[in-house]
Amino acid sequence: MDMKVSKKKLGLKERYRLMTRDLGWDTTYQPKDKVLPYVGYEGIKIHDWDKWEDPFRLTMDSYWKYQAEKERKFYAIIDAHAQNNGHLNLTDARYLSALKIFLQAISPGEYAAHKGFARVGREFPGVGTQVACQMQAIDEIRHAQTQIHAMSNYNRYYNGFHAFADQRDRIWYTSVARSFFDDAMSAGPFEFMIAIGFSFEYVLTNLLFVPFMSGAAYNGDMATVTFGFSAQSDEARHMTLGLECIKFMLEQDPANVPIVQGWIDKWFWRGFRVLGLVSTMMDYMLPKRVMSWREAWNIYGVENGGALFKDLARYGITPPKGWDDAEKGIDHMSHQFMLGLYQWSFGTAFHSWIPSDEDMAWLSAKYPDTFDKHYRPRWNHIRKLAAAGTPFKNYGLAKLCQTCQLPTVFTEPDDPTLTCHRETTYKGEKYHFCSDGCQHIFDNEPEKYIQAWLPMPQLFQDPIKGDLGEWMKWVSLIDGKDNGDYAGSEDQQHFEAWRGLATTNQ
Amino acid sequence: MQIDLRTVAIEPQRQAFDHLVRSFGNKPASRYQEGSYDIQAAENLHYKPTWDPEQDLYDETITRVVMHDWYALKDPRQFYYSTYTLARARQQETAEANFSFVETRALADMLPPELRAVALAVLVPLRHAAWGANQHNAFICGYGFGTAFTQPCMYHAMDNLGIAQYLSRLGLLLGDTAALDAGKRAWLDDAAWQPLRRYVEDCLVVRDPFELFVAQNLVVDGLLYPLVYERIVDAHLSSRGGSAVAMLCQFMNDWFDETRKWVDAVLKVAAAESEHNRAVLAAWVRDWSGRAASALLPVVELALGPQADEAVAEYVAALSARIVKAGIPA
Repeated sequence: MDMKVSKKKLGLKERYRLMTRDLGWDTTYQPKDKVLPYVGYEGIKIHDWDKWEDPFRLTMDSYWKYQAEKERKFYAIIDAHAQNNGHLNLTDARYLSALKIFLQAISPGEYAAHKGFARVGREFPGVGTQVACQMQAIDEIRHAQTQIHAMSNYNRYYNGFHAFADQRDRIWYTSVARSFFDDAMSAGPFEFMIAIGFSFEYVLTNLLFVPFMSGAAYNGDMATVTFGFSAQSDEARHMTLGLECIKFMLEQDPANVPIVQGWIDKWFWRGFRVLGLVSTMMDYMLPKRVMSWREAWNIYGVENGGALFKDLARYGITPPKGWDDAEKGIDHMSHQFMLGLYQWSFGTAFHSWIPSDEDMAWLSAKYPDTFDKHYRPRWNHIRKLAAAGTPFKNYGLAKLCQTCQLPTVFTEPDDPTLTCHRETTYKGEKYHFCSDGCQHIFDNEPEKYIQAWLPMPQLFQDPIKGDLGEWMKWVSLIDGKDNGDYAGSEDQQHFEAWRGLATTNQ
Repeated sequence: MQIDLRTVAIEPQRQAFDHLVRSFGNKPASRYQEGSYDIQAAENLHYKPTWDPEQDLYDETITRVVMHDWYALKDPRQFYYSTYTLARARQQETAEANFSFVETRALADMLPPELRAVALAVLVPLRHAAWGANQHNAFICGYGFGTAFTQPCMYHAMDNLGIAQYLSRLGLLLGDTAALDAGKRAWLDDAAWQPLRRYVEDCLVVRDPFELFVAQNLVVDGLLYPLVYERIVDAHLSSRGGSAVAMLCQFMNDWFDETRKWVDAVLKVAAAESEHNRAVLAAWVRDWSGRAASALLPVVELALGPQADEAVAEYVAALSARIVKAGIPA
């Protein structure tokens, strides 16, 4: 009776198939198009969802096990960081500006990605695809939460962090990132995958993640760098999912190629504009810099991106339309952006500052063709004004691009002395853009982009009616504490006093 | 005697983020609060979804339940990603030990054949029902409103997937791949499984996140888990020499005990909110609980035969009591 049946030894792939896609079935009591209503309207044709290759094979038991190990380590380190006043190990509290921008603009993006992946994790027909997306959905809420937890201790001691939830929805510069994620989430499931899974997670993530986390390491920010190490293996999974997804779409039907190409063009440019903030952080905001934005672009943009698009060429995919314009902007954007942030610093919940002589020497070495010629003279002028007690402030409102929502501070790709400005008239209304890329995006989907919430017009509506003080109240910005020049700020005074307390016997 | 280490004392400038001070007062916030409250965008949403221009990107009106504050639906377990993952990692260690205990001692081979047959017949097709539950909870997380309510649904969805995978492993252990094939055929074709499959598929077209929460997490799970794991596995099979099966199902039992507290807490707050909510919830409970009971009856019959009627009636009564206790009128 107790004869042992020898069991078939299952291969890893077959076993994973049984643990995932074998769980699904074709519904018969309800029609497919009612169960999965959003999968068709974008025009992507999928003939065989079984051809989907699982980008990673992780069952829930191993997921829980691996992730729990990482969680234990992460919280042990940030607890120790908080307990031992780890913030005093920072190179300088100027560094915190980068973190403030991250918490106000990028962490909410992690949360949006969480929601978006939960949705596509339900809307795609294939179980394999759904499971991979769901794992990313739960990872993304992890990232939002661990970032908030890592930065929570800085909030106890420094200004600019306290109102991130209000500022996510109201302050002008966060609408750059917010509109990016809202754009992706309001798109169909396939476009969402190209926007977040492919363009953001695969093509652009290294330009965000590596500089930020290395910047944290270089500047003594143990809390954030710990997050970075902890999230790295999640990010690796997300990248393979993004790549699998695009290959799958391209392989399923040649008619998908032009649709996907359009999305690549759009989301490369959308992403590139969001990353403008990163360029400024790398070149200006890190007291100890990792590398210049130009150097990062050469590695992660030109080399890695170039190899990727070479690989995708066999499907008929070409590099994104805005690629050349991006390349032409690389040596200018961080300077243009920091100049903008400085003149509008009364309206930012982080500090900016005038680069020191040493900073300028570094910038001129890293940007030999552009810094001394175009940007040093402007900084010198601004410095003179500050020394004379009349610091340069631009109380005029920035004209924002209708698509990317950045102020139109960028120059023509082929003429760095001329501000780039484009206009489209749609249904009798005039819309402004910072670039050809953003104008094209609008022109392809005007009905979407005319809906954009623009933070500047809000200034003139209730309850603000053009009153700057009311506006600051509305965005929870504390004048004289959160904003303005780092020099003389409370953050600077506190950091220096506390560090003195910790490192001397005075 | 306690000696305190001396550290440099620096006075904090503030206790917590503004939005948490507004909700909970000027004191340090817990990590659950930091990771759950007001982290969903609330204002100035930029675009209407192209997949349904009638909706907002985050839309509290796609459900009939009305909450003044969706963040009132908090999770009594206070699960955020970390505490959730640590809890499940501990449970999976136990599950792993149980599987390996059964495997190394060849306990599966010692199961009386009729018990093995019952275990396979009842448990293996349930992996598909668990997958359905995963779909519903991913939906609630994706389209529901407010992180306090939606975040545990993501964890729940992943749990549903984990349970589907444990049931698959159980099938492989007790009956190899043939058992999984047979279970899927039963799920698709056998008369006993069709009412339950229809229930799951009908839920797949419900696009009100809170109704789905009621239909799946309260009603069908509220009957299925105690009937299958308490009554059939723990009581029926174990008393006849099938405790190996109970070991393989410990995760599901523990999981149901833990998660029902969260489900009840959510319903209690939603019901206490208004007369309107109580009426809506009561109507959903009426619609779905009759169907769930009759869908589960033929499944329970596979194990309990003629005693199934009585068992189902008993658990239906228990569920009704639970629902009334949550403040939803019968």
